[in-house]
Amino acid sequence: MSDYAVELIGVSKSFPTSKGEQIAAVDRISLSIKHGEFFSLLGPSGCGKTTTLRMIAGFELPTEGEIRILGESMGETPPYQRRVNIVFQNYALFPHMTVYGNVAFGLEMDKIPSPEIRERVTEALRLVRLPGMEDRRPKQLSGGQQQRVALARALVKRPAVLLLDEPLGALDLKLRKEMQLELKHIQAEVGITFIYVTHDQEEALTMSDRIAVMSEGQVLQLGTAAEIYESPLSRFVADFIGETNFLDGELETVRDGLATVLVDGTLRLSAGSAASDLRRGQPIILTVRPEKISLHSRQLDGAVAGQIEELVYIGTDTRYQVRVSEGSRLVVRVQNSGSADQAGFRQGDRVYLTWDPAVARILVR
Amino acid sequence: MIAGCATRRGRGSLLLRLGKTALGANAWLIFAFLYIPILVLIVFSFNDSRSVAHWTGFSMDWYLRLFSNEPLLRAARNSLVIAGVSTLAATAMGTLTALGMDRYPFRLRSSFDAILYLPIVIPEIVMGISLLLFFNLAFFPLLQALLHFRMTLGVPTITVGHIAFNIPFVYVIVRARLVGFDRTLEQAAQDLGANEWRTFWRITFPLLLPGILGGALMAFTLSLDDFLVTAFTAGTASPTMPLYIYSLVRRGVTPEINALSTVLLAASMGLVVISLVLQRRR
Ligand SMILES: Nc1ncnc2c1ncn2[C@@H]1O[C@H](COP(=O)(O)OP(=O)(O)O)[C@@H](O)[C@H]1O
Ligand SMILES: [Mg+2]
Repeated sequence: MSDYAVELIGVSKSFPTSKGEQIAAVDRISLSIKHGEFFSLLGPSGCGKTTTLRMIAGFELPTEGEIRILGESMGETPPYQRRVNIVFQNYALFPHMTVYGNVAFGLEMDKIPSPEIRERVTEALRLVRLPGMEDRRPKQLSGGQQQRVALARALVKRPAVLLLDEPLGALDLKLRKEMQLELKHIQAEVGITFIYVTHDQEEALTMSDRIAVMSEGQVLQLGTAAEIYESPLSRFVADFIGETNFLDGELETVRDGLATVLVDGTLRLSAGSAASDLRRGQPIILTVRPEKISLHSRQLDGAVAGQIEELVYIGTDTRYQVRVSEGSRLVVRVQNSGSADQAGFRQGDRVYLTWDPAVARILVR
Repeated sequence: MIAGCATRRGRGSLLLRLGKTALGANAWLIFAFLYIPILVLIVFSFNDSRSVAHWTGFSMDWYLRLFSNEPLLRAARNSLVIAGVSTLAATAMGTLTALGMDRYPFRLRSSFDAILYLPIVIPEIVMGISLLLFFNLAFFPLLQALLHFRMTLGVPTITVGHIAFNIPFVYVIVRARLVGFDRTLEQAAQDLGANEWRTFWRITFPLLLPGILGGALMAFTLSLDDFLVTAFTAGTASPTMPLYIYSLVRRGVTPEINALSTVLLAASMGLVVISLVLQRRR
């Protein structure tokens, strides 16, 4: 058996446009997804997530490259012979069948004897916490319940890999949060590899073992939630995942992995973990997350001086916008650990900003 | 100014009331115009005398007589056989054509679509004549020359004619149903292990069935009371119900014809209602 549940090797997919040209929906993607992993494809709408998933499921054939499932090259294997199952965004429940009929469908196709079908359907409905709904029609269920039926229908087949295409996209926020946790639990319980498509970065960060951030058909960065959040390799990834500050500047010096950056010709900032191939004077972007910055009222060694232009109280945090030079602003988030009147700073206050140089990243412009 | 306004409003509401009354009256007139002849026909099918103008008393005699009228029963059987066979054939062909047109995009598809709709608006008499010419000038001579088989107009040719005008109706109804069809349902079935064949029979077909049945009932109804195409393709030996009624009428109207027409009317209306109900169901 292969080390990986799913491998994509240089996979591309082009579609013909109405003008007769080819447009690449997926562009030379290579991924290796491990057994039992919760793997997310994350990216904005139209970046090729669904197309990637549909190629794994077998609904689309790659125009280039190879897809392997459990080490076996799929070639033109039709969907009904692949050991993967998909949960569609619109659920695609069969309207002319009951919940039982829907969940049993895949087992009937496998010619499983009916006592076993009954047992497994009951078990699957218990797993998604929908017992006693066997005789309902999909139309008689709420969105969240339909979602669970779709999940049960796919899981009951015990696939090697479960593909989920924005499965929570149609649910309201509260239900979505609940289902995120529940999906995690279900995955832990069944131990099946999940490939999860979402455009919601928070969802991907919460649920995934590893995330592939996609843009325009390509994988920009692959890593754990922490790696992607803490060490984005490009402006796109840093911007797409969470909130962040960008400062355009020039590289002055690099010493022991610590870089000094000149911003706006006056501001000298340091940042860690700079790539080794950076040159002096190279235009770069310095990025630092708002919650990594501390605010002080006294001048400290190496602190950046600034003035509070705007502040917004958002419950757990207060979000400050601080002017640090003529053309540059930094957003700072400070947790409200004390009582409200202790929160300290007011609009117009002079403040000093510090951060651990290791948490600031340097990106090539 | 104020007075002017008031008058205008007064005149307006008067006009409005008149308009409403006129519209109401119009509706009643149209109903009367459409249904009084049919009502009269039905009423006199229960008349206790040969007259279709003077009511003398209630009787079911004319209906009973229908069932002992040999030529009539033959015509009825012809009608049912033709309607049955042409419905089956037209439904199969119309459905397959609709599926093909829906699933396989090709250049000129919309033109082909229009061509398939066209027979619905082609004057029936043109269709009748063209079928007659086709059989007499092309099909029969060819059959004679190739297989030395002599064939004349009759039930088979009527059936072919009915299949021809029924296909577009089935096509239109099934195509409409396919427009709202969610293709991801078929993909879901394939994902769950159903090959193309099982996907068709377990998913596509059951979901299209109301449309297919609706189309079939429409075809059956149209075939049952078709006159023009039938008249051109029937020859002399084998009349259908509408042809038979027409031949009776030429010899004079009796309540027997009323009774027969009432039976046909009831059958057609029943089928149309079922067809509409089926099409509305999702
Ligand atoms: N069947 C198709 N025909 C033509 N273009 C397509 C087709 N499917 C997807 N695309 C195009 O490919 C790109 C990626 O689409 P998709 O994979 O659905 O993105 P995502 O799921 O990330 O929103 C889009 O620009 C989309 O318009
Ligand atoms: Mg998508």
